[in-house]
Amino acid sequence: MGELIAFIILAVCLLGSALLVVTLRDIVHAVLCVILVFFSVAGIFIMLNADFLAIVQVVVYAGGVSILVVFGIMTVQRIDIHNSNTANSRFIFAIPVVFGVFLVAAITAARNIWTPANVPVPANDIQHLAPLLLENYVIPFEAAAILLTVAMTGALLLVKEVKDSGNKS
Amino acid sequence: MATSLSPSYFIFLSAALFAIGAYGVIAKKNIIAVLVSIEMMLAAVNINLVAFNKFFTPEAFIGQVFAIFVITVAAVEIGLGLALAIALIRKRGTTNLDDFDWLKW
Repeated sequence: MGELIAFIILAVCLLGSALLVVTLRDIVHAVLCVILVFFSVAGIFIMLNADFLAIVQVVVYAGGVSILVVFGIMTVQRIDIHNSNTANSRFIFAIPVVFGVFLVAAITAARNIWTPANVPVPANDIQHLAPLLLENYVIPFEAAAILLTVAMTGALLLVKEVKDSGNKS
Repeated sequence: MATSLSPSYFIFLSAALFAIGAYGVIAKKNIIAVLVSIEMMLAAVNINLVAFNKFFTPEAFIGQVFAIFVITVAAVEIGLGLALAIALIRKRGTTNLDDFDWLKW
């Protein structure tokens, strides 16, 4: 019963702030609601016994990504910040499309008969994750490392190059 | 602890979050709002992966490993996307995605 109450509180927090992200007209407020979305997802992870992932979620998303996005907005958005997150004309058919996607997923999940394995998740999840990451999945792990390096270098290059050509013209 | 909740609760939740994110991707004008909506869709995918990991293969941890990879790729995506967005906004002076139509003629 307590678990259900916790789930309902987290779900309301998550979906409410996600709806605010797509409905608020000020992009800065929308991004502040995104931070709330990421924290709620971390809470859901804790409910699902994924403690390490919850910490990673808070550090990477609520810490890194949100601050990056806020800085991006503060540095580039110059005009009309109060009207900066409006919808375009495609929202008329976007609403039925995404509602249909949700209905298909929800009906499929509701009609399915789940037979969960009634085994609890082991408590020390990091001791089970580390051998998986460093033995079975070591090649994707290294590929992800290379991907991060290449992407960060590319991001620096992209931002710098435009500034140079802008100065020249 | 074994939970009393059914897996479908978490699938409903992640489907709703995915749908809201998809709405943001389709209908938002601001390029940064679209990037943030993509992040929300990826978070919905992560909820699904971790929920299936907990309910069906609790001792294998493969869902959590995949969620870690998804988080990594999502961080890469937001970094590169923001760099592209800043470069475009500097060149064009607008955040409206409908103005980035150089490939149309």
